[in-house]
Amino acid sequence: MTTTDSPPDAKPGRLKPPTRRRNHGDTERGFSRVFRWITTGSGAFLLLVLAAVAVFLIARGLPALTASPEELSGKGGLPTGMNSLWDLVGPLVFGTLLAAAMALLLATPVAIGIALFISHYAPRRAASVIGYVIDLLAAIPSVVFGLWGGRTLAPIISDVWVWIAGVLDFLPFWTVNVTNTGRSLATASVVLAVMVLPIITAVSREVFLQTPTLHEEAALALGATRWEMIRTAVLPFGRSGVISAAMLGLGRALGETMAVLMILSPGILYSFQIFDSGQQQTIAAFIASRFAEASGLAVNVLIATGLALFVITMVVNMGARAIVARRKEFSGAN
Amino acid sequence: MVGALALSLAACGSDPTTGAEPSEAAGGEAISGDFAGAGASSQESAMEAWVAGFQSANPDATINYDPAGSGAGREQFLAGGVQWAGSDSALDDEELAASAEVCGPDGAIDLPIYVSPIAVAFNLPGVDSLNLSSEVIANIFNGEIKKWNDDAIKADNPDAELPDTDITPVHRLDDSGTTENFTEYLSATAPEAWTDDPDGVWPLEGGDSAEGTSGVVGVVTDTEGAVTYADASKVGTLGTASIKVGEEFVPFSAEAAAATVDASDRIEGRAEHDFAIEVNRTLTDPSTYPLVLVSYAIACTNYADEAQGNFVKAFLAYQASEEGQQAAADAAGSSPISAATAEQVNAAIESITVG
Repeated sequence: MTTTDSPPDAKPGRLKPPTRRRNHGDTERGFSRVFRWITTGSGAFLLLVLAAVAVFLIARGLPALTASPEELSGKGGLPTGMNSLWDLVGPLVFGTLLAAAMALLLATPVAIGIALFISHYAPRRAASVIGYVIDLLAAIPSVVFGLWGGRTLAPIISDVWVWIAGVLDFLPFWTVNVTNTGRSLATASVVLAVMVLPIITAVSREVFLQTPTLHEEAALALGATRWEMIRTAVLPFGRSGVISAAMLGLGRALGETMAVLMILSPGILYSFQIFDSGQQQTIAAFIASRFAEASGLAVNVLIATGLALFVITMVVNMGARAIVARRKEFSGAN
Repeated sequence: MVGALALSLAACGSDPTTGAEPSEAAGGEAISGDFAGAGASSQESAMEAWVAGFQSANPDATINYDPAGSGAGREQFLAGGVQWAGSDSALDDEELAASAEVCGPDGAIDLPIYVSPIAVAFNLPGVDSLNLSSEVIANIFNGEIKKWNDDAIKADNPDAELPDTDITPVHRLDDSGTTENFTEYLSATAPEAWTDDPDGVWPLEGGDSAEGTSGVVGVVTDTEGAVTYADASKVGTLGTASIKVGEEFVPFSAEAAAATVDASDRIEGRAEHDFAIEVNRTLTDPSTYPLVLVSYAIACTNYADEAQGNFVKAFLAYQASEEGQQAAADAAGSSPISAATAEQVNAAIESITVG
């Protein structure tokens, strides 16, 4: 290729050049250099896309942020009775966080259970079958979850919600309302939980499998039962991994659109009535339901709510990173 | 099929005994070219049938209808982007004035081309029909009446076996002509029980909702005790209400819906051939059913482009014809407009000038 590729026997007496070449970065020649550019380009491209999205959201959302209350309720298509953007974005952010938090609350314990079963309890063959099924669950499109949740799950699960509301009836200061259709945030959260289950399970399983065998055997040698071994060796080791898994799931739950759109009877309120209809709405589903008919300033309003979702997702992810980084020292991973 | 046959016969023009008569049915000479319309999604299934029927007679014509919504359709029409628009409400005065820009000094006209009864549909096992006055309907949807065995419902249905089931009203989540007509009916006939203004967006807070006609019908079908309002042809196996007209309770029917259009007055102060009507919701004649959706075809009174003008005239004439209305009824379950209405619509279409 080049002159440096000349046969070694041409300069028999010198031994140093190879090392020096490496010191000067000469391992990068030919395609190796091109490949370096490709990977650098890919990394830069990712940042570029993110920046482009951020710029788009800010630029197109700005007219809604600066518009007067009259314009917003007129052309901006704010629901009647609202006169500032925050009246709309606030309840939407609330609904989005509530739905995602409930989904996570339901999904994480189950996901840890499945992951532990696969990594520590199941016979090898059963473990691989279950792992396969979990991956399959991740491949189901969200619109299918939406159809299933709206048409099959909601009518069935509504009986459960009615029962729970009846049990909670003793609360003196709070009446629990419940809808007979099952199209409530509670149902939407259950479906969201099913959707984030695969992602949390898959990551947790990988982390649990990496528990040093020495730790586990040490625990067993000290007379621990298998549950005690998991509690003292596996869970502390996997904690940061499980947290980042949950945060990945949270990211999906925050942005999920179709399933919520097809299941929930929305309303734009700050409300903890999770079994009733017409109470909450998530940002993503709100945008999807309104965008088709929106024009002019109404589009800017929708994009401004999208900006809010973008910020929330970023904050959540940064928070997750911070937690993981802080826990790393205690996890025993190093 | 008939149209295609007529055309193929007309093409064999050298034979004088077979050519002449059938070719009239196809509207004179065949139309060709690309044409576009946009507007109400309520007309979508009917429009598919109309386009298919028209194209079988005019195979060289390509027609695109974008069911983007009534408002979007009128906007595109006024911007000159489409040759005609479908809309659940007629052009308002401002839009009429704006239409002079694309249509010439005489502006645009509205033609009622699609009439469909709206049914109040409910899911109560064993109950196929109920008599509901508009006050009761309004009170059901605003949450005043909470149980199916409420005295107000019992009073009009002495023979029905009404269960002690909760009423779950379900409304449309999206902005829709169905909601607008339904709320207009309630505020016109039960102003004390229904205090909100007519609007395409459901005005009340809370409650169950779903996207589109199929959405609300699906939810009601899945939920015992639920009730909604929907295009009558799409309610499937649900029970439906007979609404109170005058002193009688009238179930929805195609004839009664068409009769409502005949009995309603045109909006005054418009051009001679503008057929925008104010649906009379407070009719007392029991042969009418005032809970109807009337959707218009909006066209120019003058088309500078000859091909576009000829197309719009031929296509709208086909829509208004008995054959076209029957095709829509078969495909979308709409009510064919009456002969009297059709005559006036045809006169309006005739008046459209080209060139």
